Amino acid sequence: MSPDPKAFPQAARDALKDPLLRPALGRLKTHFGAGRAAAVQRYGDFESLREAGKAIRDHAVTHLDDLLVTFEASVNARGGTVHWARDASEARRAILTILQDAGAGTVTKGKSMVTEEIALNPFLEANGIVPVETDLGEYIIQLRKEPPSHIIAPAFHLSKEQVAQTFLAAHTGLDPKRSLEERNALVQEARAILRAQFETADAGITGANFLSAADGAAVIVTNEGNGDLTRLLPKTHIVVTGIEKVVRDMTDVAVLLRLLPRSATGQPISTYVSVMAGPRGTAETDGPENFHIVLVDNGRSSLIGTEAQDVLRCIRCSACINHCPIYGAVGGHAYGATYMGPIGAALNPGVMGVAEAAHHANASTFCGRCAEVCPVMIPLPKIMRHWRAVEYSSGLAPKAITRGLGLWAFAAKRPALYRFGTRVAARLLRLMASSGMVRALPVKNGWFAVRDFPAPHGKTFQQQWKARR
Amino acid sequence: MSTRPRVGLFVTCLVDLVRPQIGFAAVKLLEQAGCEVHVPPTQTCCGQPAWNAGADGHAREIARNVVAAFEGFDYIVAPSGSCAGMIKRHYPEVFETDAVWLPRARALAAKTHELLSFLVKVCGMTGVTAQYAKRVCYHDSCSSLREMGVKAEPRALLATVGGLSIGELSDPQVCCGFGGLFSVKYPEISERMADDKIADACATGAGALIGGDLGCLLHLKGRMARQGKTLEVRHAAEVLADMGGEPALGEP
Ligand code: SF4
Repeated sequence: MSPDPKAFPQAARDALKDPLLRPALGRLKTHFGAGRAAAVQRYGDFESLREAGKAIRDHAVTHLDDLLVTFEASVNARGGTVHWARDASEARRAILTILQDAGAGTVTKGKSMVTEEIALNPFLEANGIVPVETDLGEYIIQLRKEPPSHIIAPAFHLSKEQVAQTFLAAHTGLDPKRSLEERNALVQEARAILRAQFETADAGITGANFLSAADGAAVIVTNEGNGDLTRLLPKTHIVVTGIEKVVRDMTDVAVLLRLLPRSATGQPISTYVSVMAGPRGTAETDGPENFHIVLVDNGRSSLIGTEAQDVLRCIRCSACINHCPIYGAVGGHAYGATYMGPIGAALNPGVMGVAEAAHHANASTFCGRCAEVCPVMIPLPKIMRHWRAVEYSSGLAPKAITRGLGLWAFAAKRPALYRFGTRVAARLLRLMASSGMVRALPVKNGWFAVRDFPAPHGKTFQQQWKARR
Repeated sequence: MSTRPRVGLFVTCLVDLVRPQIGFAAVKLLEQAGCEVHVPPTQTCCGQPAWNAGADGHAREIARNVVAAFEGFDYIVAPSGSCAGMIKRHYPEVFETDAVWLPRARALAAKTHELLSFLVKVCGMTGVTAQYAKRVCYHDSCSSLREMGVKAEPRALLATVGGLSIGELSDPQVCCGFGGLFSVKYPEISERMADDKIADACATGAGALIGGDLGCLLHLKGRMARQGKTLEVRHAAEVLADMGGEPALGEP
């Protein structure tokens, strides 16, 4: 599978036919939906918390320049180094340089969507450095050479049996007759193998959920503890993250930490919250000797001042994905992009270009559930609609759609003509109907690909109304 | 001179073309509730297809037509959460940068209602004298639910219909997959969503699926027909106006 956002319609059709995907996606509701609902209920006034989170993220997005300057000064004061990357290639080169300076051969990685976004792993491999993913889900899909299909649960599309097969094929040094039926056996096996990697890695790379400008600190949440092992054991630690993750201080972070796990998995707090600030101090017994932060722009700053600016508030909780019926039907791989579901639909056209990611903005019914659950109140459908408007006005929308809409709009602006048209249409539909249904028009796609059309019973309302009054 | 509230009925383009009896049911219910109902003949569509497709220019021109046709009434009422939502929630966005039309659009938005919630919340209707001896399930359209905040009102009114009982869907908050042009652009995804909704409806043991938005109903009934399923599909207004004996959607 090659990640291609333009191939969304075909990829979606393929996904709909995948018999293993359906049960996997069925777990969205039980794994995440129910958990979030219960956590929100237990919290009480979750709406006020959302308002507070929105305000914090809004302040961050509208004061990004100041906050980033403060952040860099704070990191420097603690003996760390900040690297600025305008795009993916600058980010990859900055990371490679740090690793080469450290003489690194293997690097462990905590889960980071930004390193997916900048396609870091293939680049490191091409340069002779071995990246090892340490988040269990991420490790599984690394073995399978697949991209993540979900932001917080990268192997969500896989069944336990598929994971067992993957381990049997990859871990050739182990007894091929061992039992991998239990989930716990899989976890233990991965843990044993990853433990050795943690101990020998020359460098560790993590993402960041939040950055505190006042403290020069990066904060990550994990449930597996792999983040701490990645950052504490090797001599060099690199945090790779988007520029928009910065907020004022730990007070702000504390609010967002209440919102993120509840929205994501329904947990009041994640199992681990790691605060990473600078290299090991002289009095400290653990921690890296070198601490680097790579701040990646990659199109984000171009959204500031546009109608899509609010998307930068995102805290990557994936609640919108978990509640999206389109994602629930086709899964994450169909999107052919690092960010899938509603957040992908709102973000991708902005950073990749509308020509590239228009399908993401179009593949939505605007049902509004994503915006309803978003912890920082991003108006996701409104932003998708904005991209559709950009697509339409730049002549990129499919011709069949623009022509059809143009014709319809021409009539809709002229009531007399419109009424004439509907009179004719109602009559034609009645003529074409058999047993109350129009079964098919000459066109075999669109509406009639999967549905019939209920025929009108009589003349249009306006015709009948005029006759009655 | 009449002191009854003057209601402009926004018939909706789909009702006008495919299911006129929803319009007549709406008129009957509004008159029962003491309103003076007007149907401006210059209305066509609310412009939502254009707006959702990003065709802002078309949407603006069509929306101007609606504003001009309806601003003289005390209320504008639509038998559709989707069209009401377009006027109430999106017209102010449509005219965001238009100093002349924005105030007019806002004023119209402020007096726009979805039919069923209008009957209950504004007219104070608490029940109807209709018969419909069936167990039904109610499909909430996403726009009714999330843009117009309609949930309890249709159920409250339906519960007063003689012989009717309601069985709830297990996932009433999930979209049925219509989404206007979405259903045409991505028919297979739309199909999966419809099939899930139809399976949910059938599992309630209901004999009829009732909804407040003709778009969803056309999509679900059209899909059921293709699957050979025979669940009856109707707009709630028809049942409430005691027109449940007439042929249901897509039936001869
Ligand atoms: S858009 Fe909102 S719901 Fe979706 S991942 Fe971002 S913060 Fe979470």
